[in-house]
Amino acid sequence: MSLAIDNLHLSIGESHILHGISLTVQPGRILGIVGESGSGKSMTALSAMQLLPPGSRTTGSIRFAGRELCDANDELMQDLRGDDIAMIFQEPMTALNPVHTIGDQIAEGICLHTGASTKEAYRKAENLMADVGLPVERFPLSRFPHQLSGGQRQRVAIAMACAQSPDLLIADEPTTALDVVLQAQILDLLRGRVDNTGMGLMLITHDLAVVADMADDIVVMREGEIVDQGSTKAVLRAMAHPYTAKLAKASTHRPELKPAAASPEVKDKPIVQARDVTREYPTPRKSLFRKGDTFRAVDGVRFDINPGQSLGLVGASGCGKSTLAKMILALDKPTAGTISIIGTDIVNADTIAMRPVRRAVQAVFQDPGGSFDPRHTVERLIAEPLHLEPKLTSAEKRKRVLDALAEVAMPADSLHRYPHEFSGGQRQRLALARALITRPSLIVADEPVSALDVSIRAQVLDLIADLRHRLGIAWLFISHDLGVVRAICDEVMVMDAGQIVEQGPCDDVFNKPQSDAAQALVAATPDLARAIAEAEIEAGEDA
Amino acid sequence: MSAPEVKELPGFRETAFASRSFVFGLAITLIVCAVAAVSFVWTPYDVTDLAISDRLKAPSADHWFGTDHFGRDIASMIMVGARNSIAVALVAVIIGVGIGVPLGCWAAARGGLPDEALMRGNDVIFAFPALLSAVMISAVFGPGAINAIIAIGIFNIPVFARLARGGALALWQRDFIAAARVSGKSSIRITVEHIVPNIADILIVQATIALALGILQEAGLAYVGLGTQPPFPSWGRMLNEAQTMMSFAPHMAIAPGLAIVFTVLGLNLLGDGLRDALDPRLARMRS
Repeated sequence: MSLAIDNLHLSIGESHILHGISLTVQPGRILGIVGESGSGKSMTALSAMQLLPPGSRTTGSIRFAGRELCDANDELMQDLRGDDIAMIFQEPMTALNPVHTIGDQIAEGICLHTGASTKEAYRKAENLMADVGLPVERFPLSRFPHQLSGGQRQRVAIAMACAQSPDLLIADEPTTALDVVLQAQILDLLRGRVDNTGMGLMLITHDLAVVADMADDIVVMREGEIVDQGSTKAVLRAMAHPYTAKLAKASTHRPELKPAAASPEVKDKPIVQARDVTREYPTPRKSLFRKGDTFRAVDGVRFDINPGQSLGLVGASGCGKSTLAKMILALDKPTAGTISIIGTDIVNADTIAMRPVRRAVQAVFQDPGGSFDPRHTVERLIAEPLHLEPKLTSAEKRKRVLDALAEVAMPADSLHRYPHEFSGGQRQRLALARALITRPSLIVADEPVSALDVSIRAQVLDLIADLRHRLGIAWLFISHDLGVVRAICDEVMVMDAGQIVEQGPCDDVFNKPQSDAAQALVAATPDLARAIAEAEIEAGEDA
Repeated sequence: MSAPEVKELPGFRETAFASRSFVFGLAITLIVCAVAAVSFVWTPYDVTDLAISDRLKAPSADHWFGTDHFGRDIASMIMVGARNSIAVALVAVIIGVGIGVPLGCWAAARGGLPDEALMRGNDVIFAFPALLSAVMISAVFGPGAINAIIAIGIFNIPVFARLARGGALALWQRDFIAAARVSGKSSIRITVEHIVPNIADILIVQATIALALGILQEAGLAYVGLGTQPPFPSWGRMLNEAQTMMSFAPHMAIAPGLAIVFTVLGLNLLGDGLRDALDPRLARMRS
């Protein structure tokens, strides 16, 4: 039973969201819908489920198994939803109810749609859990969602969605909140379900590489319209539409890495020297009288960062990379070991001794929305680190802010605006401007481009490479995305379970990974360039 | 209070004045404040004038709300009483905000043992029924408006401390606070520049509600004779005095009763309206 959307128009209030979408999801096939934010890809999925926000009007036709779903009544939809059509979302924590056990949640849908007894439903739930790789012996149904990791929760969400062997599964960014290793596992799981049960899968993602790996057919959307569509191989080979080509180019974008300008202040001495850095966290008490064990988030890490060096730090989620970054930024103190930055021991330094360090090391965070106080103007926000230089007059301060804005190619009239008036990419530029204003020798960037659309990401990566070249800034670049690290860094460290298991030039580590962790990361990363190359080779063989 | 701060917020005015409860609440609150202000310069009669010959008059054109058992004009007493109610509740809220918010922010910034100690101390204060403890304070230090203010104010402290701490704790996890820390700002400076402005919304809403509660508590204390002392009029004591005359002079109880209901209703509506107006803006910003 296939889903056929024909000439679907959607408007919410006064704004037109979708303009004539036509697509088909065949049983046993995967349709990938790719687009940047605001392209209407999620709205297309919600239209198929008839889960649109209030005030939406649709015209056109959505046919599923011979029935018209456009403006279908609630009764029909409730019958279909969760039974014939199922959906999984990006964030599995919010999709699961935190106060019910996972067993209850899987069984609920089964009871509802088949009228099975609770006991039968539970037996079925056990099988489903085994199917998604969570055997009941290790993951009893009595667990609550918060007792599982992100990847495990997404597996439970898939088990729930697949409980009724749906004919169509809609997955809206199912792996965006997960690291690459988990992403590969979840995608494998979905692929397996499609192959074994013959269900159709509508896979919505912003990541062309994921679609290239997974999908049989592909739909490229932009601003509520389909700009390109066809079998994945054909679309990747032809790059018929300029937008598809632009997306592919941006996804595989590698900025030109020019050598860093010599930094005048710190000569050849390393900026950062981390020696045997360890951070332990206490786990919750076992009882009133027994302390919990300690958990080593970072375990005996040692490395240097040299002036102008661009060092990548990669690893699966929970490997300790963000904790390490926090310690470099002196937001957290190691429980053992030393970190010295431009010759200052930052573990024991007081506020006064820290001042030069604060000037030398700045940070850029992942979420461009959350890294600015929403109540301050851009001028005040960017000038925030300048309190380290109290001698500056306000005119000088403004000059510094304008210079920093110019460095990141933002207009001078941004000064008096508020952060919410800017897009994600612009905010990340502003974050870079704030980091640049003290003329630092090192910027620690924790997933700085993960939240950005691919075309914006490419621009920000160019900017980062350019800043390094012109200003001689060293980068500690933390990411779970190997493609990004490869594009921007000359050396990379791979972290696993709190330890640095591998370190070396990017090409060496990614082409010949030695450690298990590095091999797993490399194997799990979808490679768009390779997929395009393969599509072209096949086309050559066919011809 | 921090009213000017609210006005700065973009889009606040539109949302607020579209909210019915905000408009009504603001109107009622302004009326009560205006009445209290007018009482400084003019009341229909002097509230200390005893005219026994006119006692227990029903409402009329001369005496809008009638007269009490000493022949005092009830309308005038309500007007002066409004002044008293607002002053007591306002000062009590200022005590609560002035001590509670810094404590809460300090606890959130420090964490660990100081935080734990402070919050458990809060729990202890919470464990006593507010009115009972107010009675205790008034009993020890003697009845009077000042002691009523202190008693009510003390009970506002943990409310605001807890609210400020909760809001601040969530903010301390945010990236923009981390950015401020990376730029080397002290926690006091971060609290003043980033934390307080961002929790001002919830504090303003809570302050409005605490004001309404304060007026009720003041009336309660005055009713049992522990608040404002005669001859200064107070709504709570007027109710108390009316009690024995309910059967033949119900207007004596109805007028102050309505005054209390009217004021508390106005403040609660204002608080609700503020919450409605401030929350969607927060939601927009988070997205």
